[in-house]
Amino acid sequence: MARQLTLRIFRYDPLDPESKPCFVDYEMEETPRLNLFVALHRIRENQAPDLQFDFVCRAGVCGSCGMMINGRPTLACRTLTAELPELITLAPMPAFKLIGDLSVDTGTWFRGMSERVESWIHTQKEFDPTAEEERMDDETAEKIYELDRCIECGCCVAGCATANIREDFLGATALNRIGRFMIDPRDERSSEDWFELVSTDEGVFGCMGLMGCDDVCPKELPLLDVFAYMRRRMSQVAAGKAKPDAGTSLPVIS
Amino acid sequence: MSELITTDVLVIGAGLAGERAAISAAAEGNDVVILSLVPPRRSHSCAAQGGMQAALGNCNKGAGDSEELHWLDTVKGSDWGCDQEVARIFADTAPVAMREMAHHGVPWTRVKGGPADYFIKGKKVTLEEPRENEGLIMHRDFGGVSRWRTCYTADGTGHTVLYAMDNMVIELGISVHDRMEAIALIHDGEKCHGAVVRCLRTGELKNYVAKATVIATGGFGRVYKYSTNAIINQGTGQSIALDTGLVPLGNMEAVQFHPTGIVPTDILVTEGCRGDGGLLLDVDEYRFMPDYEPDKQELASRDVVSRRMTEHIQKGKGVPSPDGEHLWLDLRHLGEDHLRTKLREVYDICMYFLGVNPIKELVPVRPTQHYSMGGIRVNKDGHAYGLKGLWSVGESACWDMHGMNRLGGNSLAETVVAGMFCGQRMGQWAKAQTHEVDKALADKALNAQHERISSLISGGIGEANENVDELLIAAQEILQDKVGIFRKGEELEQAVVELREIYRRSGNLKMRSAFKGANPELAAAIRLPGMLKLALCVAKGALLRTESRGGHSREDYPERNDRDWLKRTLARWPIGADEPDISYEPVGLLESPPGQRGYGGAENIAMEQSVEDYNATVESEWIKQGWHPTATPLGTELKEMVEYASTKKS
Repeated sequence: MARQLTLRIFRYDPLDPESKPCFVDYEMEETPRLNLFVALHRIRENQAPDLQFDFVCRAGVCGSCGMMINGRPTLACRTLTAELPELITLAPMPAFKLIGDLSVDTGTWFRGMSERVESWIHTQKEFDPTAEEERMDDETAEKIYELDRCIECGCCVAGCATANIREDFLGATALNRIGRFMIDPRDERSSEDWFELVSTDEGVFGCMGLMGCDDVCPKELPLLDVFAYMRRRMSQVAAGKAKPDAGTSLPVIS
Repeated sequence: MSELITTDVLVIGAGLAGERAAISAAAEGNDVVILSLVPPRRSHSCAAQGGMQAALGNCNKGAGDSEELHWLDTVKGSDWGCDQEVARIFADTAPVAMREMAHHGVPWTRVKGGPADYFIKGKKVTLEEPRENEGLIMHRDFGGVSRWRTCYTADGTGHTVLYAMDNMVIELGISVHDRMEAIALIHDGEKCHGAVVRCLRTGELKNYVAKATVIATGGFGRVYKYSTNAIINQGTGQSIALDTGLVPLGNMEAVQFHPTGIVPTDILVTEGCRGDGGLLLDVDEYRFMPDYEPDKQELASRDVVSRRMTEHIQKGKGVPSPDGEHLWLDLRHLGEDHLRTKLREVYDICMYFLGVNPIKELVPVRPTQHYSMGGIRVNKDGHAYGLKGLWSVGESACWDMHGMNRLGGNSLAETVVAGMFCGQRMGQWAKAQTHEVDKALADKALNAQHERISSLISGGIGEANENVDELLIAAQEILQDKVGIFRKGEELEQAVVELREIYRRSGNLKMRSAFKGANPELAAAIRLPGMLKLALCVAKGALLRTESRGGHSREDYPERNDRDWLKRTLARWPIGADEPDISYEPVGLLESPPGQRGYGGAENIAMEQSVEDYNATVESEWIKQGWHPTATPLGTELKEMVEYASTKKS
């Protein structure tokens, strides 16, 4: 006997003065291997054609569909209803500007984050189209890729106590991004440059240590290690122990 | 009155091709604005897993590789349907493009010198990787190639390249306006002046006026019922080009089915699975591909492997399931370490979406719509036929390096290469133009869209009673069932008739929701007629092409016919018509005369015309179709080709 599901969905259109935030229940029969991508589209097709939510790849790689599912931020596309009770509460992620219903503006937030941490390779070298590529050992490449796998879904921000009370907190995704460039030998930023960026209350020392980010990251990025590495490294810089170029070859993860 | 934004270059689409073109245009000194349906890093480029082809020849099995070999593999892969000069530009530029991305931060998987274990054609082998190449970009094997040349970052290549590219865009300060959809081009019949854009946050319309407008909106796979494509790949860019009535779409019948979409959900697992040694098995867990393709086996081109899989299922060897018959992909022998590093996205997809652990279990797969070789027909600079100032790059374009079938790893590479090459030509062109902001023209275009939307909201025209979702699903099912991997005349005729009827009905849409802002039903209703037009271009092109070439396979015309069909289909949609006008042009200057691919096993009907005579017609025939002269004369980028003197008279 198939379960009867209730999807209790947050509805609100901030552009409509008459709209009031509320939860609306949508009933549906559970089908085999039903995930929330399919379930939400069924609701849109049959019950609420104006329901706003975001999906793009529906394969867990684009990061569009972060939302609060029974209170926990995660990717809706790869969440199977079978893993959830019959009552499924869906709400938009906090800490991001609401567009409507389950849709939030992660695009503006992440562009701002990238600008703030200068999320690009800082180098004085010009690209030489006639030269062979600069060599890198494969282990270093793998370590960079490990951190480069962030999909900017925003779950770590939505799940972060600090980010939810302090708008200026960089958040785990930003610190992870910084870590990604710190271990990249192509990036010429010095320890002092990194210190300026992250050794503040908005940066790594603003973290309360609850590590909600690490609990909810759908890509299982090693955020605990990133934070630990960064705090240690910044403390060393403060104590004058780190060499200026120490960031270019240190591994983040053991 | 409505807001008007002015820029030198307007790029529609913030995937790899659009962003790379924007960077090139900015480097030429232009102001650039990029529009995107979604935040740029969510573009479908991010989902590309396997890699990008470039003849760097760094690893053992890449030794002796060259641009020449890459070019020839590409031409063969296209079943001689491509523009060989464009394939040259592509193969020659790809190595620089990969190295440039390395410079800007892509953590490419690198060569590790010394002995390394691989699975090749079902057998475990140990190869010595050259120690002198330690730390250079590594390659993996892919389908239809003579050397290992796919550059990759584990199986997150698209993701890492897109993130590096978007980082460059941010560094350069290029504006990206996300959640914006171009719903019409502004043009005066000669020249494109930008686009009418709908904000997906608020539903408001704005005009973006530009000297050059670049469409880089990716493919249109979502016109099929089962597609690996992201749900935003609805062909919005191709549609607005077609709506002008002036710009033709090339080879829309050339649709690629990828051998390994998972069942159900149709999510792709990369060709890298087979490149790294994965095998295809049938219901008896028997490895069938070597029986059909003794040489290339699982790694023939995608069109061939997908056909062989379908043939094998038709012989009763498919695995039955509630979601339809499928075959198995066997990755078990690759081992946990490989699957959790080099194929970790594949591992995650199998675990999360199927509950299948590929380390221990077989993965259910079947051929699934994956790529659109066809698109906005452009010249080798990326300039669209029929309308000056309109450009297109990437999957939305028919540039046309893929002809009737593209090789795996060539499209992701194309995005960056075309973005570089065409972006530069476009940027130089735009720089030489003067800005003509014709506000009246822009307002007229915007008002037409405003009326169209108002009419949809107020309940359509006449007896509006049609449902958006129902019509789209009906059209998707027609394409799926009747314009699939194997096609026949009778079914294609039915498809055209039925799609025409659905297109007619789409003029009669009734919204079920009144909400005017970012209403998703309204967004779907705005897109629907365009999607149906694209579906009709696919079906009609397929009906009229009475041969089998690359991804277009006719049961009633099984031969590749170089005598009559060494042609590119061009589809235009005259204003107010109920189906496209189809015409043809030569595929391009032939440097490599049509020959045998070495896989696929089909018969060919030989050309009767000499290559010289064929080449002599190319430029004049293209001009008739609205081709714009290119920055360098036609044929400049070919290697052997020197003589096509008669074309120069035209």
